Amino acid sequence: MGEKSRAVALHERSSAPAPHVPAQRANPDPAPEPGTGEPHPVARFAEFCYRRLAGDYEVDEFGFDREFTDSLLLPAARAVYEHWFRVEVTGAERIPADGGALLVANHSGTLPWDMAMTQVAVYENGRRLRGLGSGLLFGTPVLGVLARKAGQTLACGPDAERLLRGGELVGTWPEGSAGLGKPFAERYTVGRFARCGFVDVAARVGVPIIPVSIAGAEEAHPKLAEVWPLARLFGLPYFPVTPTFPILGPLGAIPLPTKWRIDFGEPIEAGPGCRFALAERVRGTIQRTLREMLEERANPFTG
Amino acid sequence: MPSTVLVTGASGYLGSHLAAQLAAQPEIDRVIGVDTALSTAQLRARLGGAEYIRADVRTPLIAKVLLEAKVDTVVHASLTAHPPGPSGRPLHKEMNVIGTMQLLAACQRAPLVRKLVIKSTAAVYGSGPRNHAVYSEGMPADVTLPRSGYAQDNAEVEAYLRGFSRRRPEVDVTTLRFANLMGPGVDTVLTRYFALPVVPTVFGYDARLQLLHAEDALAVLRRAVLTDIPGTFNVAGDGVLTLAQAIQRAGRVALPVPEQVIGPVSKFVRGAKLVDFGPEQLRYLNFGRVVDTTKLRTEFGYRPKFTTREAFDDYVRGRRLGRLLDPDKLVSAPLRAIGLALPART
Repeated sequence: MGEKSRAVALHERSSAPAPHVPAQRANPDPAPEPGTGEPHPVARFAEFCYRRLAGDYEVDEFGFDREFTDSLLLPAARAVYEHWFRVEVTGAERIPADGGALLVANHSGTLPWDMAMTQVAVYENGRRLRGLGSGLLFGTPVLGVLARKAGQTLACGPDAERLLRGGELVGTWPEGSAGLGKPFAERYTVGRFARCGFVDVAARVGVPIIPVSIAGAEEAHPKLAEVWPLARLFGLPYFPVTPTFPILGPLGAIPLPTKWRIDFGEPIEAGPGCRFALAERVRGTIQRTLREMLEERANPFTG
Repeated sequence: MPSTVLVTGASGYLGSHLAAQLAAQPEIDRVIGVDTALSTAQLRARLGGAEYIRADVRTPLIAKVLLEAKVDTVVHASLTAHPPGPSGRPLHKEMNVIGTMQLLAACQRAPLVRKLVIKSTAAVYGSGPRNHAVYSEGMPADVTLPRSGYAQDNAEVEAYLRGFSRRRPEVDVTTLRFANLMGPGVDTVLTRYFALPVVPTVFGYDARLQLLHAEDALAVLRRAVLTDIPGTFNVAGDGVLTLAQAIQRAGRVALPVPEQVIGPVSKFVRGAKLVDFGPEQLRYLNFGRVVDTTKLRTEFGYRPKFTTREAFDDYVRGRRLGRLLDPDKLVSAPLRAIGLALPART
């Protein structure tokens, strides 16, 4: 590429005068005039790298890194969302346009793909979801950091309350790791909610509970058996045996390309009353919706 | 309004500057600084109009000083994270915990003491994967705290303090839980850590750090002495920096080390007398800690002047840390070479 064809985006920082021959510019994609229009994509990417290298970005008190999430994590997750799981969303109009709400969903899939996909589904509908994860997640190298950067935090009362009071949408999977690692035979039976604290939090802050039913995730990693001595060795809640893991090694982490459907249900007001009854009502709603979704579905892979 | 103030830890950064500032206040008659360090000309210059007594808070001398000087306000600022001398951990713990016990016992017997200000630390909340993201003062202290170490010392000290306020309810007790101090003149584990040319970190972890500028720390201590606001307060700058971000802002090179070999690395750094890199610091550097400062702003009535980011940038400027990783060279220069420039920053 000759000097004449170089695009020049003017910028106050550039002290060295760039070769600039506007009259003879032969570039088919003309560079924007100084101060107008969009900067060159390469320059924009470089600016991103510059800021990441200089540490010039904002992180909130939970560790949520908006720029990192929007430019790297969400596009990657969206590719999986659109092309791998082909997620179909129903009831998106029930996601509140503003203000806090607690989204409660069924948990499954051996690896927490459902958390990532719900996060994308909510983002596609104009809001952000702040997921609540287990202590095990935040203690895991790399994954814990990515989870915090994506806006997730520890599943505990004070963290959830703080986020809700800030007007955020908070997602919780109260089945916990028992739900995540449920055996394939028990798929689509929503387990006991190990923690009913979410009901108290929603009642205290005064936000509605939105039951979220996720179909498709439960077949993504069919857990056929588990090896408890290995689980104990690695300090994990379970060590799964799926059709692809551990036989295929790390490739076993690739989920089966099931067709997903995520349904956002009718909001439930968390008023005063028995927490267990309310938690049971949320669980029952999710279970019923799941059954309906499964009846409509012909095949886990085509939907 | 206090008339005679006793400041422990008066040879330290906070203690000496606080004593000097209080001595400059016309309302305060007398400021007495106490510490174990030798009284050098340099220290006397820093203390300004404050007197200095070389004494150990663990000895009965403290009780005598309290009575004879008619001290009405005690500022306990001598709790330290790392011992100044080559002493080991047992002596250090004794200074922190036994020292405070003796000081509290002396205060209890001194009828004129009306106010007690204690510099504690936000480390009492602990840090780990199962810790809350943001701590406010009312939350129960972490039960997973290590059995020993700086955080445990402070947790014990706060427990003695609660006992003290039961026995002397008329004494106003102000407990200030400081986030990690930062500033050009401060020498702490963290300031030494970020000054290393290559900063070892644990691979796969990134802590949320919250910092407190030394000027804000001094202002808060001063306010606690001059006005009567009893209670426990978190003190920290607004906002959060992650560890990786802080290293980038300091222009240092991060060296991520796998968890399994961080032990020997920290031993080396410790052995080379670079940074006192204990297991407690490691946990902090993996997970970090953030505290809620609403109570400081509303009840205590102080708004930190420096955010976490500004405090850190001020430290980097003040220490004149040269950039080893310069984004200007790494990004802007190659970009210019192909005839492009960075778009204007907003």
